[in-house]
Amino acid sequence: MKRLTKSFFAFLIAMLPMVAMAQIDGEFIKPRSGKFLLKNATVVTITKGILNNTSVLVENGKIQEIGTSIAGNGAEEIDCTGLFIYPGMIDSGTKLGLAEVSSVPETVDFSEVGNFTPNMQALTAVNPNSEAIPVTRVSGVTTVLTVPSGGLFPGTAALINLNGYTPDQMYAGFKAVVMNFPSSGRRGRFDRRSDDDIKKANEKALKEANEIWENAKSYLKLKNEGASLEYYPEMDQLAKVIAGELPLLVQVDAASDIQNALKWLEGKDVKVILSGVSEGWRVADEIAKSGYPVITGPVQDLPTRESDRYDTPYANAGKMAKAGVKVAIRTDEIENVRNLPFHAAFAASYGMGKEEAWKAVTINAAEIFGIADQYGSVEQGKVANLIVATGDPFETQSQIMHVFIDGYRIPLSNRHIRLYQEFLERSPGLKSK
Amino acid sequence: MKKINYFLAALLGLSFSFASAQTPKGSVLIKNATVLTVTKGTLQNTDVLVQDGIIKKVGSNLSAPSGVQTIDATGKYLMPGIIDAHSHVGLDVVNEATSPITAEVQMKDVVNPTEIGIYRALAGGVTISHAMHGSANVIGGQNATLKHRWGTKNPDDIIMADAPRTIKFALGENPTRVHGRGNGIQPRSRMGVEAVIRNGFNEAIQYKKAWADYNAAASQKGSTATAPEYDERLQTLVDILDGKIIIHCHSYRADEIYMLINVARDFNISKLVFQHTNEGFKVAPEIAQYTMGASVFADWWAYKFEVYYSTAFNAAILNANGAITSINSDSAELIRHLYHEAAKTQRYGGMTDDEALAMITINPARQLGISDKVGSIEEGKQGDLVIFDSHPLSTYTVPQMTFVDGVKYFDIKEDKNDQRLAVSPTEMVEDVYLRIETERCMQDTEHLFEMTSTLFNQN
Repeated sequence: MKRLTKSFFAFLIAMLPMVAMAQIDGEFIKPRSGKFLLKNATVVTITKGILNNTSVLVENGKIQEIGTSIAGNGAEEIDCTGLFIYPGMIDSGTKLGLAEVSSVPETVDFSEVGNFTPNMQALTAVNPNSEAIPVTRVSGVTTVLTVPSGGLFPGTAALINLNGYTPDQMYAGFKAVVMNFPSSGRRGRFDRRSDDDIKKANEKALKEANEIWENAKSYLKLKNEGASLEYYPEMDQLAKVIAGELPLLVQVDAASDIQNALKWLEGKDVKVILSGVSEGWRVADEIAKSGYPVITGPVQDLPTRESDRYDTPYANAGKMAKAGVKVAIRTDEIENVRNLPFHAAFAASYGMGKEEAWKAVTINAAEIFGIADQYGSVEQGKVANLIVATGDPFETQSQIMHVFIDGYRIPLSNRHIRLYQEFLERSPGLKSK
Repeated sequence: MKKINYFLAALLGLSFSFASAQTPKGSVLIKNATVLTVTKGTLQNTDVLVQDGIIKKVGSNLSAPSGVQTIDATGKYLMPGIIDAHSHVGLDVVNEATSPITAEVQMKDVVNPTEIGIYRALAGGVTISHAMHGSANVIGGQNATLKHRWGTKNPDDIIMADAPRTIKFALGENPTRVHGRGNGIQPRSRMGVEAVIRNGFNEAIQYKKAWADYNAAASQKGSTATAPEYDERLQTLVDILDGKIIIHCHSYRADEIYMLINVARDFNISKLVFQHTNEGFKVAPEIAQYTMGASVFADWWAYKFEVYYSTAFNAAILNANGAITSINSDSAELIRHLYHEAAKTQRYGGMTDDEALAMITINPARQLGISDKVGSIEEGKQGDLVIFDSHPLSTYTVPQMTFVDGVKYFDIKEDKNDQRLAVSPTEMVEDVYLRIETERCMQDTEHLFEMTSTLFNQN
């Protein structure tokens, strides 16, 4: 398949300016803003169909214009003939930026001490210079929800763009309080608690959740009545959920737990997003009836039960979508968020279909996060989060040629690529010295 | 009811003979496929005939001998069965973490042919897996090469009897954590790891000499020589030195890889394959020159410190430098889509289709010493085959059927809800296994998790 090799060479050539400029010691290619005209591409807008021979003008961080004859007016022109423009992909559940090396606790910041810590801000702990960020964005993933983990209410998740030098520069306008809904499943092969112990722990956790919720309601009521309250940042944060200021991201996986969660949420009148939902296919109709949107994944995962069909995790997203659930896809990854397009492709071929799978990593995510006016498609006026590829970015053969985040042109470089450039033909080679 | 799959296959008209071996051998004619032979290019509209477990004929317009089922694969892709050079699927136990050297341990003693992971691997086109000892010890146990003959309850039926012996070595963080930091014995550092290996081999040389001396003396008339005490551990190390066993060494950093290459050269060992090898790209010329190559992850990195300086272009760099390169899973999940893992080498390094496919077929076969039998579609090789609905390197592809020795063990059209062969009689409610989501979940059981995860750490 010579075409594939050609697309990889195209990618290498795209890196050339960076290689050339980096010849000067200490020189570093930075993301840069400006006015860019991406000329003559096939634009896959997601929401407005596919546009042939179309150009996209990026200015002031926004998609300024989409059309067939846009005047450059001094814009830096990038020939995209034969290339495809897509919106940047959104991974709706990761720990990106919160951990650098998973097995080294000093570098892991996604989990706090305590069972009730909704005021822990993921955005605070995001490391804008994590090595994993440039590794991720060259795959076409431009935006991720980064989610703390831990106890019952472990903290507040934040949506970030994968460019910027401070968390605030990265922040993409969505936060949610995370709830790990009490689980009745096993955490893995090494979870050797008895069935009875699991049940007891589950009941205890549900009781605690109820108590906390009632307290938060009282807290909000007193606050609204102008009572002078003790400093209680945890309660204050959860009260924002009850007040409708922040959504509740409910992480739940096992079918019975999903049902329990739906029951638990009934009448609570809060903005709910379900996340994880690995056994969602078993109760897809009930989820659809609730009207709650779902973030599911990883798609490339093992079935939850030994008796399950081998492809249940591949098919899960599609089955929920077919039942009428609005579905976004997550990797639940840290350093390999770059695999989001491949997770989406697996969902696509095991029942979801390409179009719906694309939505699950773009516009659906944006809609779930309430930012669809800014993100999730190639439309005039939206934030310029764009990728330019030699073909379908879900295919490994395709190369991502350009990435724009917030209108910044992102260098196609990262440690993985730099190591490739240095070591492909090592010098000295085999002979010593 | 758990039916045994090859009985099902028999009902479907596949014929097999039990004459040549105890394991089932099937016959089948697959027609009009795009045949990805891996070693002999891609053949359009081609038929492949398997008889009694062996690929008899690759050509066009082949007709099925009587009693042999024909499968129409028009528009579909046929490739050799995928081979995973690093797996722990089908093993009840992984680590014997009691000593820095446990060469006497054999994984064939802990093979569980009913593990559902074997069926799931078949559903991803994997016909052979290298069931390895874990990485707790510098010199771990001897591995088993498995053929995924799903449906049997006899462990011997899934062990590839004609595969050579292999043994697990491990360098770096895992053995130093378990023994040095865990038990306060050597090795605690990468210096100690080298010492453990060199000391082991030197002891083995003395052991071999003691036996040679004894045998020489015993052959003399009226000898009163006493035999040395038999030691399975040392004898296994002698077998390595004698070239009877292939070393498969868990490794990450370039320095430790280079160290083992030097040790191997000093002891005249050439049967050496590196596993994981995340920094193999840094010493690719040395790996290419002195070893049987590296078996690597497509893109895993940063999960521990010794893989922080990795690159997803590792396989491409190794391949370009002439090292035999394979892509492995080391995971019950990844083993289900190794075709996709191999395809990642096209994103990261522009591998051609044949180069990428070789990394999950003929290359791992070479590293396991079985490339004369499997790993490509060639007449005379064993009938391990997979049919895909589209090109296996496309992210959208879906495996359709998987054959081992000509017997069909997976067919997407016959896939049932519950494919388990054995269900625990004590199981009241089936366990639901969720991902380890929170640190807090570990509360009160940390000691247990900590220890088991150390012992079971497979990466």
